Amino acid sequence: MPKQRGGGELVQGTLEMLILRTLARGAMHGYAIAVAIESRSEDVLRVEEGSLYPALHRMELAGMLISEWRTSETNRRAKYYKLTAAGRKNLAAQSTNWNRLVLAIARVMET
Amino acid sequence: MHWLLKIRKRRALDRDLSEEIAFHRAMRARDAKCSVTDIPPFGNETQIREEMHDMWSFVSVETAWRDACYGLRGLWRNPGFTIVAVLTLAIGIGATTAVFSVVDGILIKPLPYPGADRLVGVSQTAPGFINGPKAFNCSPSMYFTYREESQTFEYFGLAATGGASVTGLGEPEQVRNMNTTYGTLQALGVQPVVGRWFTEADDTPGGTNPDPVIISYGYWQSHFGGDKSALGRGMTVDSVPRQIVGVMPAGFRYLNVEPELITTARFDRNRVFLGNFYLQGVARLKPGVTLQQANADLGRVLEIWKNAWPGPPGGRQTDNWQIRPALRPLKQDVVGDTGNALWVLMGAISMVLLIACANVANLLLVRTQSRQQELAVRAALGGSRGRIAAALFVESILLSLIGGAFGIGLAYVGLRLLVRIGPANLPRLNELGIDLLTLGFAFCASLFSGVLFSLMPMLKGAGTRMAGALRGVGRTSSQSKERHRASNVLVVAQVALALILLISSGLMIRTFQALRNVDPGFTRPESIQIFRIWLPFSQVQRTEEVARIEVAIRDKLAGIPGVTAVAFSNTVPLDGRRVWDPVSVEDKIYAPGQTPARTLRFVSPGFFEATGTRLIAGRDITWPEFHNHRPVALVSENMARELWGAAASAVGKRIHEPGPKPTWREIVGVTEDVRDEGVQFNAASIAYFPAVIENGYGNPLYVQRPVAYTIRTERAGTQSLLTEARAAVWSVNSNLPVFLVSTMKDLYDQSLAATSFTLVMLAIAGTMALLLGIVGIYGVMSYAVSQRTREMGIRLALGAEAGQLKRMFVGNGLLLAGAGVVIGLAAAAGLARLMKSLLFGISPLDPVIYVAMPVVLVAAALLASYLPARRASRIDPSEALRLE
Repeated sequence: MPKQRGGGELVQGTLEMLILRTLARGAMHGYAIAVAIESRSEDVLRVEEGSLYPALHRMELAGMLISEWRTSETNRRAKYYKLTAAGRKNLAAQSTNWNRLVLAIARVMET
Repeated sequence: MHWLLKIRKRRALDRDLSEEIAFHRAMRARDAKCSVTDIPPFGNETQIREEMHDMWSFVSVETAWRDACYGLRGLWRNPGFTIVAVLTLAIGIGATTAVFSVVDGILIKPLPYPGADRLVGVSQTAPGFINGPKAFNCSPSMYFTYREESQTFEYFGLAATGGASVTGLGEPEQVRNMNTTYGTLQALGVQPVVGRWFTEADDTPGGTNPDPVIISYGYWQSHFGGDKSALGRGMTVDSVPRQIVGVMPAGFRYLNVEPELITTARFDRNRVFLGNFYLQGVARLKPGVTLQQANADLGRVLEIWKNAWPGPPGGRQTDNWQIRPALRPLKQDVVGDTGNALWVLMGAISMVLLIACANVANLLLVRTQSRQQELAVRAALGGSRGRIAAALFVESILLSLIGGAFGIGLAYVGLRLLVRIGPANLPRLNELGIDLLTLGFAFCASLFSGVLFSLMPMLKGAGTRMAGALRGVGRTSSQSKERHRASNVLVVAQVALALILLISSGLMIRTFQALRNVDPGFTRPESIQIFRIWLPFSQVQRTEEVARIEVAIRDKLAGIPGVTAVAFSNTVPLDGRRVWDPVSVEDKIYAPGQTPARTLRFVSPGFFEATGTRLIAGRDITWPEFHNHRPVALVSENMARELWGAAASAVGKRIHEPGPKPTWREIVGVTEDVRDEGVQFNAASIAYFPAVIENGYGNPLYVQRPVAYTIRTERAGTQSLLTEARAAVWSVNSNLPVFLVSTMKDLYDQSLAATSFTLVMLAIAGTMALLLGIVGIYGVMSYAVSQRTREMGIRLALGAEAGQLKRMFVGNGLLLAGAGVVIGLAAAAGLARLMKSLLFGISPLDPVIYVAMPVVLVAAALLASYLPARRASRIDPSEALRLE
């Protein structure tokens, strides 16, 4: 689970969505994904390795991602993950869902 | 090879994952500008790894395989535990499997005929016939009406089994014969291996000449060496020349009889009447016809039958008998009333299995406890709660399967034993064996026990509190309350189950005692020799000659040294050949057809002396009366009391058998009651007539052609007596085979066989339960003592008396046993009602048993807890405290 700084778990299943969104910009290795999520959330969300890799593998098994070994920017072998068509479709569905949810929560909170 | 590939794949996966994680950490170190070693390790790398493995492989198969290997190693390392657990399970599963294969072979498996579910036994009831039998067989006239009018029978035939004498193939020989009409073999659907079935032409008098006969496979082998030329050969059966037309396949059985010969029954349409119900009917229902439909149809057919034939000689007594059809599955005819006893046994043996499971559960509980540290380490290394539970579970299943494998071996041995000690009247015994269904049952029983006994320790083991266990709390402190409670529950359950079994075997023992105490109406059965002969019409036509031969044989037998009394009669007590008829009484007027039935026995003078049946009033028939055909009779005491209130007042009254213009026969004596149908049944109401009577059933002289000789001698049952008796018979007529040789004791034991069999089996189950129960209590108490050694040491050091400690442990054991006894008593009282039909002369709530058995059990529990308690009291406090 991505964690908010200072504790508190985010909504279940959001990690997968965040990974999908991050990978929508192109193939990345695990560490880059973690860093990307952290920086884009302006350090509010921190990705735990213990959750990240199982999630990546799970998603690969589910056919949302494919992986290959490539040489990284530091000249080390690293495993790069890339979205599949199914992953894209899944991302679209999850985003819609998410937006609806956020709006709904916002409306409740405003009143 | 598949799993090898998988292991290789797993190695690759492992490498991948390590590399991925290493890369991740290196990157983080670079970004943080520090060395990799400063980066904290991933949360729980082992756990991640396990999780990944599970994701990438066939989780269940692979982990189960790993757990199985692990479990096997664990069991191997602990031979003591493993042997005890496997043995306990093997006994439980083996016994259950053996009894199941009996239940399966006798009650579940269809009869060995094709399409056996469409076979029905045909019999009738006659609620209007006072004292009459519960179920009627068929009469010859029914053969014609049923065959011609029934719309639901595909085939229908009548048959009677008995002996037949074969001459013309060497020495005269008595064989098992099945005398049948056309239709029986067709209904059963068993084709001959050689030759043909009977045809309709075969059972018409004068239809085929000579009469056909079908022989059994065994007879074919032993008498013709399996030669096909046997077909068409002639043999003389009961003095009638017959021609062999077919050979039945090996193992062919008709109900419970394995006939050596099958002969045709030929009824003359012009001479049959309503009565003479001596034939067993078998029908094959048309496809899709239910039992109700067939019964309803037969009800209609019976109405036709009633009006289609003349009544039996002496009037139409049958008119008011309200004869109704009573079709039932043929299997019921074969199995008889053993079903109930077998189900009770099955229940009893299942309880033994439950007790065995409780014992193993207890062992496992102890083992889990002593493995707390190992389990805690596994948990610390990332084994999830579920995975540890699964590992324990797989280990239990493994244990139960090994136990089951040994159990099948035990079942095989037990079954051989069972077939040997099983009563001869247990049907289908020769069909028993371990087949696929039985193996499947053993497998399921093993799995079931595995699941059962693993449940409790599994829940406990998985719930291990890691920190405490790692510190070794389990070893130094007294045992946990939880575990205590779990094993206590098991012990209470064991005691309760054992008590149920002890009570049921106790009830059987009391039943057996009660049966032995019944006065059967004859004395010293071991010195009564019985055999039968038969004088067929084809051999001796004149009835005077029959009577002469029978008396001559009697006189010869009386001359054998050591013989104190000899008599002949149509039947003897307990031989299962009940002959009944309505008997009219001079001073009682019954409405037509309301005359109560009596058992009829036609005897020679001296019969009661030979059997040892006491005369209550009057006297026996004398020889002059017998020779002069005087119209005399005797009655049993219960018949005399029923009719005239007292035995003595029967003397001088007159009765007669049914028939046209019957002769009144004067009662000259009253005998004590005889348990004619078995000691567990009420004494039959019997009318005795001379074996030769004038004007009997419309015959000028009515004689008994098959007769039994009853010989009172200390030499009964010896081969020498039999040789001399045969010589005596053959000196009168050399063509007479001597058959159905037995002593009265054999018949008596046979009538108790079902009860003694149930008794032996229940006693075995009860003993096993008691032993397992004792072992269970002993195990729990011993373990409690070993766990509390330190506590005992402290107590002793603080001044506790050794006796006090002993009392504490024994008291604990007794408390558990007491709780078990209370539950067991309540359960037994409820369950014993199911045994009611097996009991005789006692109530299912017999107070003696309900007091004695708990006492036995509590005494056993006392002993089982005293031994460990004594050990506790002998603890040396300094030793106990230094132990840590």
